[in-house]
Amino acid sequence: MSLSAEPIIRVQKEIFDAGEEAAKLTQGRTDIGAVVTFTGLCRDEGGTLAALEIEHYPGMAEAEIARVAVDAAARWTLASLLVIHRYGLIAPGEPIVLVITASAHRGAAFDAASFLMDYLKTRAPFWKKQHARSGTDVEIGSAWVGAKQEDDAAAEKWGR
Amino acid sequence: MKALYFAWVRERIGKTDEHISPPEGVATVSDLIDWLSDQGEGYAAAFENKKTIRAAIDHAHVKHDASIATAREIAFFPPMTGG
Repeated sequence: MSLSAEPIIRVQKEIFDAGEEAAKLTQGRTDIGAVVTFTGLCRDEGGTLAALEIEHYPGMAEAEIARVAVDAAARWTLASLLVIHRYGLIAPGEPIVLVITASAHRGAAFDAASFLMDYLKTRAPFWKKQHARSGTDVEIGSAWVGAKQEDDAAAEKWGR
Repeated sequence: MKALYFAWVRERIGKTDEHISPPEGVATVSDLIDWLSDQGEGYAAAFENKKTIRAAIDHAHVKHDASIATAREIAFFPPMTGG
């Protein structure tokens, strides 16, 4: 298993364009048969959420995503791989995370993208805080999002 | 060594980072959590549910039984909720 290009990993405040990133990743390549693009968006939680605030651990966030990328490259043969994770204040509808995997065939690209997301959720040092909209029934003005057991289970299904 | 705190651990302690000098005998992450818990009300509140606390030494996840002997930077935080 392998990765034929350096993984691209960015932790940034700025918004990103998934289509543009996918186009750049495959530009000039003729060995790629499949590109999977996953974008995680900020939900408004039924109209109650004003914004998400994402805190991260600078330095470790990049290092941990890089370790997850190395794991993915050890399991699948990939042509290229990109992960962008945002931090700071994010409004409903805006993108939070982008995972792009490219491979000769679709199986590796789909599986690697799914694996990367499952591992990012449980291993990358990011924490979400919800800011509630005023006038809604949410009691607390802002609250940290709790870790979900289903996310741990999703990561564990890949084994080590 | 430098200690860093994130999310509600940071909020309860009331600071993002600090230099700490734990006494001899504080050998593991677990020992350090116990020692920090005695440093004030905020620390006690941050570490009251020890099992939920995650730690990283020099940018890599570690378990509570990990040695802190060579650590330059140690971070404490709740389970991660990114993605």
